[in-house]
Amino acid sequence: MTITSAPPQNTRFMRALSVLRDVVSRPSGAIGLFLVVFHVVLALVSPWIVPYDYKAMNSAMMLTGPEAMHWLGTDHLGRDVLTRVLLGGREALLVTGIATPIAVTWGGFVGILFGLIGGRVDEVLMRVVDAFLSLPWILKMLVLIVTFGTGIEVLIPTLAFFYGIPVIRIARAATHDVVARDFVSAARARGHSRMTIIRHELLPNVLDTLMVEGAMRWSWMLLAFSSLSFLGFGVSPPTADWGLMIADARGFMSFAPWGVLGPVIALSSLIIGINLTADALAKALGIDRAQKAPV
Amino acid sequence: MTMSLIDIRNISVGFTGKSGATLPVLRNIDLTVQAGESIGIVGESGSGKSTLALAAMGYLKRGLRLMEGSVAFQGQDMFACTRTELEKIRGGELALIPQNSGQSLTPTLRIGAQLIEALRLHSDVAESQYPDKAIELLGQVRLPDPAAIMTRFPHELSGGQQQRAAIAMALAGEPTALLLDEPTTGLDVTTQAHILELLRDIARDRGMATVYVSHDLGAIARVCDRVMVMYAGEVVLEGSTRQVLKAPIHPYARGLLASIPRLSDPRLPVALDGRPPAPGGAGQGCSFVDRCALAQEGCRTMRPDLERQPSGETVRCFHHKDAYQLSLTGSGAIPASLDGSAQTALHLDHLAISYNRPGLFDKFLGRDVAGVPTVDGIEITISKGETLGLVGESGSGKSTILKAIAGLLPPSGGKITLAGGEVLATEVERRSPDHLRKIQLIFQNPDDSLNPRQTIAQILEQPLKLYFGLTGDALYQRSSDILDRVRLGAHYLDRLPSQLSGGEKQRVAIARAFAAEPELVLCDEVTSALDVSVQAAVLDLLNDLKAKQGTTYVFVSHDLAVVRALSDRVAVLYQGRLCELGLSADVYGTPSHPYTEVLLGAVLEPDPDTAPTLSADDVVELSPPARGCPFQRRCPRKIGAICDTDAPPWQNGALGHSIRCHYSIQDLEALQREVTKEQIT
Repeated sequence: MTITSAPPQNTRFMRALSVLRDVVSRPSGAIGLFLVVFHVVLALVSPWIVPYDYKAMNSAMMLTGPEAMHWLGTDHLGRDVLTRVLLGGREALLVTGIATPIAVTWGGFVGILFGLIGGRVDEVLMRVVDAFLSLPWILKMLVLIVTFGTGIEVLIPTLAFFYGIPVIRIARAATHDVVARDFVSAARARGHSRMTIIRHELLPNVLDTLMVEGAMRWSWMLLAFSSLSFLGFGVSPPTADWGLMIADARGFMSFAPWGVLGPVIALSSLIIGINLTADALAKALGIDRAQKAPV
Repeated sequence: MTMSLIDIRNISVGFTGKSGATLPVLRNIDLTVQAGESIGIVGESGSGKSTLALAAMGYLKRGLRLMEGSVAFQGQDMFACTRTELEKIRGGELALIPQNSGQSLTPTLRIGAQLIEALRLHSDVAESQYPDKAIELLGQVRLPDPAAIMTRFPHELSGGQQQRAAIAMALAGEPTALLLDEPTTGLDVTTQAHILELLRDIARDRGMATVYVSHDLGAIARVCDRVMVMYAGEVVLEGSTRQVLKAPIHPYARGLLASIPRLSDPRLPVALDGRPPAPGGAGQGCSFVDRCALAQEGCRTMRPDLERQPSGETVRCFHHKDAYQLSLTGSGAIPASLDGSAQTALHLDHLAISYNRPGLFDKFLGRDVAGVPTVDGIEITISKGETLGLVGESGSGKSTILKAIAGLLPPSGGKITLAGGEVLATEVERRSPDHLRKIQLIFQNPDDSLNPRQTIAQILEQPLKLYFGLTGDALYQRSSDILDRVRLGAHYLDRLPSQLSGGEKQRVAIARAFAAEPELVLCDEVTSALDVSVQAAVLDLLNDLKAKQGTTYVFVSHDLAVVRALSDRVAVLYQGRLCELGLSADVYGTPSHPYTEVLLGAVLEPDPDTAPTLSADDVVELSPPARGCPFQRRCPRKIGAICDTDAPPWQNGALGHSIRCHYSIQDLEALQREVTKEQIT
């Protein structure tokens, strides 16, 4: 029974490539990925392309509408809104870009471990997780931030910690589906250690779900970061930041809406982009997100 | 002019492949079914038989389209029907019982509600008569206490009962034709035989035409008048059941028959090498050419036509006159057997396993929830180099015992010892690396036992790294050696399981087990997920590995013929208790335990001249009785009260043959000989 077909290939790379191709071929994936890449590239190059100094005030030009010199107008201190919108995502992307992988890694690991252990221990620990999830996130975050301060060195671990907890749920649910399968029993019967089983048998099968979940967590985290800035617990002035800009400009919204519109459009386009990409990725990987717990 | 009930003319069905070309799944198929006739469509997975059955209802799965031809039911073109017309025909005059019909019942609705819905949609019965009619239908499918069944949910019924309920629903519309897709696959042998008898009787009483789609030639032999053999989307042979199963004139049909293990033949079946072309992959020649022993140069370049023979069959083969040369029976090897002086490889000492474990709350209250253990009193000694077959119906505890030996399910009593009386730790985590290596397990379904995200190389590396610490070149070398041993080449190493066929995947699973250089290999239904021709190849491979390496097997299967083909000794289990143990010739001969007798009687052979003997009800018991003989509730040879109260003793015959029954071996033999005599006269 010898069959000669399908030459040897680097299967993992080929799969990644075909998934990417699938994502891009979907309208949601193409638009989403474009928006995300656009924002990331912009965040990287913006310091060199902005027309003005982001903190240069101009008392003669306060709250002027969009015009040739200031495409998006100026704010209440006469600062160029376009400049500040272009720069305003840098902090947010930096913080969430570091915190998201940390959250997915620790949440994913703990979730897989709970799923593998199973039984009563798993049940009890999950109820603890549920209890934690039932508290409003902003309350938990504010407690930590008020205690430890608002710098990046506090925000990253705080966000990573809180946003890892819902990942535990998802990773555990995905693991439960895999643990019941015979290849895990086979590995146990061979006598592999728990860590080997997690690394070789479980992780590769849960990774797809974690990737999609990670994308979703990233968008939630961006929203959380901007909310904190809006409330004054995130980035401190005069740094340009979307959340902070919305907070500053909202008082003048009735007669100078451009101060709010710029950062709002920037923030929502990034979040919509991430969500669209996550949707397309889920479809390309064959994960039905509708069936997963919406936490 | 009499019109055929179902008239399928020259249909071809295909899908659009990645390259944009249309790939055919069915090619130029003609099928006519007359009223009251019973037709079997047989073939291996991927042969297009289910697609054909669905096409007869005017339905094609997503992505498939009708390329040419027509399908008519009672003269009405099914593919030209409007939605409302189709809704009226389907489930009414023309009913389908889908594969795994238990799952086609709605889980949240009671059986009664589902039946009444079927009556409302498809019958002329007055509304006030629905419940009575529903009970009548359930009675017709021989369900005990139909009124009670009406109020049950599908999950409260056994697999056989679910199948009967599905049949009752199909009968609600008074169909003139019934299509059945694998009606007995997944059912126990006794249930299977009962369901087929039921379907036969119903079809005869109502004058209903039936179309069976099945890979099981035994079932087809029992119920069909005519058989159509499909291969790679085309009909290769059609004729009466007798012609097709007794003296088929197509090489594929002969190969298929030879690959079926039979109860009457202790030899290994012959494997049909190779695999069918992928959909649309058949070249311009005969689709079977790559696997055909009679193939000649002309077969590659020209596609044979279906030719009607003077004897009545139609066949698609240039060389059908020579087909008789191909053997129909297993000329395969006699299974390698053990020499008398064998040492003990494994001893199960009063093994008991219980799934009910007392919870914290029960312990606190001092309650005893364990009750009657699921598996109890298993006492078997397995010698080195021997193959022990474990047979029994689902729920008999066969797989549970394997899991206990593998350490995945700690027993609640008794112990397991290895050669030299070494006691094996009950939990896998406490076993020494040497013990772990010596015992390897092969699972039923390779789709589930191979990690879909690992390449074949990564799968084989696992035991090699763990037990032998191999790395680098040595690891690669050993991996490819092992693949060679299971008759796959080193070029498979970089592939993923999804790129392999079912048989190849199971070979990889076998290779992984043998990579550990085990002494004892536990095989859990290893061939039941495979096509028969592939099954024969896997059995042959297992036998070959055993002959070369002297491995000991414990081979679990529900298929008695498969067990016979491979085993030296056989143990029969019912409800987790041993009924009979002995050399396979003894267990499969007379005398046997009444349960073995029932099982053997129900086996369907691919031979229209044999009929199953149905001596016990096909009820499914969920738990063993607390006292007496485990088989007391179904035994056709029950003596009386003694069977209910006293556990039967072991009756010992010659050559280690033992039967657990209140009858002595001599009495059983006398009783069973009588039956055989009756059948002859």
